[in-house]
Amino acid sequence: MGKEYFVAVSGQPNCGKSTMFNTLTGATARVGNYPGITVDRTEGRYCTPEFCANLVDLPGTYSLTSYSMEEVVARDVIVDEKPDVVINMLDATSLERSLYLAVQFMEIGVPVVLGLNMMDEVRKKGIRIDSEKLSELMGVPVIECIARRGVGKVELMESVQKVVEKTKGEWTPVNISYGHDLDPAIDEMTALIKENEFMTDRYDPHWLAVKYLEEDEIVMKNGRKAGPLSEQLEEKVRNVSEHIQKTLNTYPEAVLADYRYGFINSILKQGVISREDDLRFDFSDKIDLVLTHKFLGPVIMLLIMYSMFYITFNVGAVPQGWVENAFAWFSSTVGSLLPDGLIKSMVTSGVIDGVGAVMGFTPLILIMFAMLVFLEDLGYMARVSYMVDRVFRSFGLHGMSIMPFIMSGGLPGGCAVPGVMTCRTLRSPKERIATIITAPFMICGAKTTAYLMLVRAFYPDNATTVMFGLVLISWLLALCFGRLLRWTALKGESTPFVMELPPYRIPTLHGVAIHTWDRVWEYVKKAGTVILAISILMWALMTFPQLPAERVAAFETQRVQVAEQSASWSGTVQQKEDKVAKALADISYNEGEAALKHSYAGRLSEAISPVTDVAGFPWQANIAFIGAFAAKEVFVSTMSTAYSLGDEDPEEALSLTEKIAADKAWTTPVIWSVFIFLMVYVPCMVTVAVIARETNWKWAAFSVFGSLAFGYSLSVVIYQVGSLLM
Amino acid sequence: MSVSLRTMRKDQKGVVVSVNASGELGRRIRDMGLVPGTEFMVVGRAPLEDPVALRMKGFTLTLRNNEADFIVVQPED
Repeated sequence: MGKEYFVAVSGQPNCGKSTMFNTLTGATARVGNYPGITVDRTEGRYCTPEFCANLVDLPGTYSLTSYSMEEVVARDVIVDEKPDVVINMLDATSLERSLYLAVQFMEIGVPVVLGLNMMDEVRKKGIRIDSEKLSELMGVPVIECIARRGVGKVELMESVQKVVEKTKGEWTPVNISYGHDLDPAIDEMTALIKENEFMTDRYDPHWLAVKYLEEDEIVMKNGRKAGPLSEQLEEKVRNVSEHIQKTLNTYPEAVLADYRYGFINSILKQGVISREDDLRFDFSDKIDLVLTHKFLGPVIMLLIMYSMFYITFNVGAVPQGWVENAFAWFSSTVGSLLPDGLIKSMVTSGVIDGVGAVMGFTPLILIMFAMLVFLEDLGYMARVSYMVDRVFRSFGLHGMSIMPFIMSGGLPGGCAVPGVMTCRTLRSPKERIATIITAPFMICGAKTTAYLMLVRAFYPDNATTVMFGLVLISWLLALCFGRLLRWTALKGESTPFVMELPPYRIPTLHGVAIHTWDRVWEYVKKAGTVILAISILMWALMTFPQLPAERVAAFETQRVQVAEQSASWSGTVQQKEDKVAKALADISYNEGEAALKHSYAGRLSEAISPVTDVAGFPWQANIAFIGAFAAKEVFVSTMSTAYSLGDEDPEEALSLTEKIAADKAWTTPVIWSVFIFLMVYVPCMVTVAVIARETNWKWAAFSVFGSLAFGYSLSVVIYQVGSLLM
Repeated sequence: MSVSLRTMRKDQKGVVVSVNASGELGRRIRDMGLVPGTEFMVVGRAPLEDPVALRMKGFTLTLRNNEADFIVVQPED
C-alpha cells in the first residue's frame, strides 16, 4: 500500500481506449475539463493491495503534432504532468497505423505499455500477431487485450507496476534514424540545444530538434519566447528544408513520417505480423454497400433520423408527462400551503413552473442522447458526415457539422444546448464556430411548441405543410448564415476531410450509459441554476411595478357599476347573467392588459415598439420575444398570459389559438415576420452561456447580436415587402 | 503510369507514389498512414461522388476529391 502511480491512457480514435479506461476505473471515473479549454478530462483510479494508479484518459488522437486541441492536450499532459507510464491502446486490426502514435510516445521518452486491443477481431480475420516478438523489438511491454470483455486489464496494470519499478521515473527517449539528410542536422541542433540548455527543463533536446524540423507551431512559439537560439534553429531548419526540397522535392516532416513508418514496418516484417489480404472486404464494407449507397444511403439516413425523433417524442412523452405532473402537483401543494400574495405567486409561477417547464424536457433529452451516442459509438455518424460533406462544404461548413444541426432541432424537437456541445467533434476552429453560431437557428423543442400554436391558429388547414416548410427554412437560413460567416468574419480554408470510417461495432451498454448520463446531468444542472434565476427575473419583470391603487380601484368601480346597471337591463334572467359575465370578463381582461403594459416588461415592449413596428410585431409578441430570450418556452406562456389575462372562467374562455386567430393585428406579412424572427433572433440564454463556455464571450455576444441583426433584417424585409404586395 | 488519386474508379486498387501536400493537410494524411508505398483500394464514393473512401492498412479512410489531388498513385494494371 501507499504507492501512487500517475498513468495516462492514450490511443487513436476508435481503438477501444475509452472502453479499456472505463473497465479499469469502473465507477471511480469523473469527467472534468482541462483548465481553460473544453476538451473532456476523464480521471479515475485503479487500486490493488500493492499500489494505486491514478489514471487520466487522454483525448483520442492519431499523432502528437499540434494541429487540433486534442493533440495539443495529449502532448501537454505528457510533457508537463510527466506521467509515470503511458498505456497506449492500439487497434491491433490496423497495427501499422496504430504504432505511429506509440513511436511518437517513445520518442518523447515517456515509459510506454502497449495494449493490443481487439485481439478477438484480429483472430477472426485470420491475422496472426506475435506480441512477444513485438515487445522484444520495440523494447516495451505488449499486452493482448479485448477491452469490451475486460480481457488484459490485470496484465496491463501488472506491466505498469513493473515498468514503474524498473524505470524509477527515468525517461529514455528512443532515437530513430531519419536518414543521412536529416540526422546530421538533428545532431547539430541537439548539440546546440544542450549547450544552451534551451527549454531542456521541459523537452528532451533530441525530441525538440525533431519538432523544429516538423515546424511544430506550438514548440516554435514557445521557442521564440525562450530565447535567441530559436532564431538559429529556425535558420537551420530553413536550410535543411531548402536542400530537401531541391534534392527530393519533399518536406522534412514528410521525410520524418516516412522514416517512422519505415521503422514500424521494419519491426512488423521481422515476423511480428502475418496476414492474408490487406485489402480484403470485411463485414463493415458489406454493410456500407447499403448504408452509404448512392440512393439508399440518404434515404436510410432520413428514415433513421425520422424514427429517432418519432421515438423521442412518442416514448419520451410518457416520462415527460410524469415529470410535468410531478411539478404540477408540487406547484399546487406548495401553492395551497402558502398564503395568497406575491410570495406564493413567485414560488409557484416563477420558480416551480419555470424550472418544471425545462425539467420536463429531461426525459426527451435523455432518450435522444442515448440514441445518438449509440449511433456514434456504432460508427454510423461518421458515415452520415461522409454522405453530407459535399453539401455542407458548399456552405463553408464541414460534414461533421450535421450532428450539431440535428441535435439542435434539425428535425424539430432537439435542443441547442447539447447541439452546441456536440460541436466539440469539429476540428477546425472556424467551421466549429460557424456551426455553433448557426445551429441555434434550428427548430428546437421550445420553438416547436410556439410554432404549433401559431400555425394551428393561422393555417389550420395546412398545418403539416407549413411546419415542414418552416423546418426547411431553418436549415436554409442556418446554411446561408454559415456561408455568410465563412465569407466574412470566419474567412479561411476548409478543414481537410481526412477521416476514418470506423468499422461498425455494437457499443457497450456501460459506455453509452456513461456518455448519456454526463450530458443529461449537465442539462439538469443548468435547469437548476440558470433557468431558475431567469424565471424569477421574468416573473418579476411581468409583475412589477403593480398597477397603482387608484387604477385597481377604477376597475373595481366598473365592476360595481355593471352590477348596478344590470338591474335595469331588459331580458330574461339567463340573458342578463350572460351579459353580466361577459362585461365582467371584459373588465378583467382590460385590467390584466393594463397590468402587463404597466409592468417593466410592458414598458420595455412600449419602449422598443418604434423599432419593432418596422417589422410589424404586435405588442404581445414583443413581450413574448423578450421573455423567450430567457427560454423559448416562455414565448407561448407569455403570449397566453398576454391574451388571457383576466379570463377567470376557463369554461367561458376562448382557447389561445382562437383568440390569436381572431386578432386583426395578425396579417400574413406579420405572421411570417414573427415566424422568421422567432426562428433566428437570438439563442436562448442557456445556449448563450454554453456558447460562451465552448468558445468565448466575444462569440457568445456575436451569436446574440449577429442573429438579432440577421433576424430583424429578414423580418423587416418580409413585413415591408409583404405589406406593399398585400 | 502515375495518376492523381482523384481519377481512380471504384473497386480499383493502387499504390501511393507520393503525397504532395504540406501543412495541416499533409500532416493529417501522413498521420493516418497514407504514405508512399501504401497499397489501397477505392471502396466507395459518397452519394454526390465526393468524398471518396479508401481501404488500406486494415481500415477505411475518407478524403475529398480536392484533397485526393495531392496524392499521386500508381494504379494496378
